[in-house]
Amino acid sequence: MSGSPFLVLSAILFTIGCVGVLTRRNAIVVFMCVELMLNASNLALVTFARVNGNLDGQVAAFFVMVVAAAEVVVGLAIIMTIFRTRRSASVDDASLLKY
Amino acid sequence: MSIPLAASAPVIDPSPASGVFNLLWVVIALPALGAALILLLGNRRTSGFAHLLGCATVLGSFVISLVLFVTLLGRDESDRQVGQVVYNWVDAGSFHAPFGLLYDQLSALFLLLITGVGSLIHIYSVGYMEHDARRARFFGYLNLFVAAMLTLVLGDNYLVLFLGWEGVGLASYLLIGFWQHKPSAAVAAKKAFVVNRVGDIGMALGTMLFFATFGTVSFAGISAAADRADDLTMTFLGLLLLLAACGKSAQVPLQSWLLDAMEGPTPVSALIHAATMVTAGVYLVVRSNFVFDHTELAQTAVVVVGAVTLLWGAIIGCAKDDIKKALAGSTMSQIGYMMLAAGLGPAGYAFAIFHLLTHGFFKANLFLGAGSVMHAMDDDVDMRHYGALSKAVPVTFLTFAIGYLAIIGIPPFAGFWSKDKIIEAAFGDNLVVGLATLVGAGITAFYMSRVMLMTYFGRKRWEEGVHPHESPKVMTIPLMVLAALSALGGLLIFGDWIVDWLAPVVGPEPELHLGVPTIVLTLVVLVVVLVGVAVAWLTVGRHEVPRTAPAKVSFATRAARADLYGDAFNEGVLMRPGDRFVEGLVVFDDRGVDAFVDGTASSFRGMSGTFRRLQTGYVRSYALSLLGGAVLVVLALLAVNIA
Repeated sequence: MSGSPFLVLSAILFTIGCVGVLTRRNAIVVFMCVELMLNASNLALVTFARVNGNLDGQVAAFFVMVVAAAEVVVGLAIIMTIFRTRRSASVDDASLLKY
Repeated sequence: MSIPLAASAPVIDPSPASGVFNLLWVVIALPALGAALILLLGNRRTSGFAHLLGCATVLGSFVISLVLFVTLLGRDESDRQVGQVVYNWVDAGSFHAPFGLLYDQLSALFLLLITGVGSLIHIYSVGYMEHDARRARFFGYLNLFVAAMLTLVLGDNYLVLFLGWEGVGLASYLLIGFWQHKPSAAVAAKKAFVVNRVGDIGMALGTMLFFATFGTVSFAGISAAADRADDLTMTFLGLLLLLAACGKSAQVPLQSWLLDAMEGPTPVSALIHAATMVTAGVYLVVRSNFVFDHTELAQTAVVVVGAVTLLWGAIIGCAKDDIKKALAGSTMSQIGYMMLAAGLGPAGYAFAIFHLLTHGFFKANLFLGAGSVMHAMDDDVDMRHYGALSKAVPVTFLTFAIGYLAIIGIPPFAGFWSKDKIIEAAFGDNLVVGLATLVGAGITAFYMSRVMLMTYFGRKRWEEGVHPHESPKVMTIPLMVLAALSALGGLLIFGDWIVDWLAPVVGPEPELHLGVPTIVLTLVVLVVVLVGVAVAWLTVGRHEVPRTAPAKVSFATRAARADLYGDAFNEGVLMRPGDRFVEGLVVFDDRGVDAFVDGTASSFRGMSGTFRRLQTGYVRSYALSLLGGAVLVVLALLAVNIA
């Protein structure tokens, strides 16, 4: 079976996520865009697994989900803490560590 | 130069020390121990006994030297070289240099001279330095000097010799600058040290070349292999050793330190000029006869250096009003005689050593006598302030007179025999060299007579408030002993004793070929000497000596007063260009090296100032660079795959 529609969808999702990370200021939205990129790559991996007829891609996708889950926990905790201290969830406000 | 090269110089082949010769190392150890004790405990703690300890150690060494010498005399002629290895000093790969001592006919004579005259100078110093607060330290330095010189003449290889060589340089530096509160003394000490370093280059390079050529630095090993070395190497070795000898023995062109070295206390001058230091160069040349016998060029160089120096020193001696500087000029000149004789090869080695011994006696006598006069005149050294001292200091006068007769070469005093032999050998070699020694003898007679006349005769020209008095016994007794030695030192040549004695070390003396009977030459020399004395009487003795040096004098006198412009030459040719070169290096360092280093640093600082702007603190800019990097990697992969 041809996997190109899935890959095209994956590329679209990844691009949306990418643009979101680069342009949005709200930390929650940036975070969601990161998740979108991860899941886009998951979709690509699963597609390749299906096309090649083996389980390698699925296993990789599984690992990505595990890492993403862990990342969400840590990331949300950091965002919460920053929001509590600075009353803001804008990523541009947290820019003290610079030249 | 028509020196017949010896087929081969004698090989040094010592037998292991046995019996009394096991005490050889003690000769060095005693004064070294004295120096260590006095210098480590310090001036204050040792001031009560340092002078006694200093004298005792050197006298002890003298007694041992005497016992060794008598034992050596009793031995068979073929068995008169004794070696002793004190310990294994350097042992690295193929390089072996034990701390080995060699006691043979040559070092035996040196041992007696150094410890004998050294003891007398030590005893004299007890009186001379009595009122100096740092007398203890002075004796520590004196002991160090003697220990270093003994190491120099007893070492059985060039490395041990070098150790003593440097030790002598250090001790002379310390003693010349003993009155370091006087800037002139500090400068003189530095000058002596620096000029000696120039000579030491020759010594160090020579030692290295010995090792590179022969694989050993021991006298025994080199003298055995000397025949196999090529002539060019031998010439280089000879010239390097000559450079070393010039530095220590104050020969032209490294003569300039000797006159300034008079800044030290007078016993130091006596020690430097008679028993140690300046004799080291002559010892080096004679000891290295196995090198010089193979290289006519280096021998010629030694003769030329000796001839130039003997005239140079004599001319300087003529114009000096400072009694010590006049004597210093004469030392330079007399060492020139020895160098010249040593350069004549087997024809002169024995006479060089003979003159060295007699000179050791009469020059110590003269210097200590000069010290006694200075003592009487409240440390005034200007002979123009002396005059008519023969009555005031009779013992000093009589002993000084014997030294004077010895140095100008009036029979039967010691200098006559030794100088006459050198002049004969010089004429046997070359007419020009012979004439140089003859003229030198005449000038010597002139300037020494001048010293005598200005100091002891004529009218009183004393400074006000000066009341000359004879020195204490502790100073006059060494003078008497030295005067006796100056009178009787010539006995060594009777029956050619010293020539036969040294023959196993330096080779047998070849037959002398003179156009005339030697007695004629001797008479000619005596006439020249008497002419010198007469000229001195006519120019100095007959007239009233002015109390200040006349300013309107001939060019020759001005030149001699300025040490024949030796210092001016060094300053103009070596020091000023050296200064300018160093200044150039400083400019290069500031404008070249520093500019490059500073430029690199500041360009990096500028770049980092630019690049750190990348750290904006905004997450999205970091994300963008991350994305850009990822895109670049993808593009690179694509490019590789497509191509």
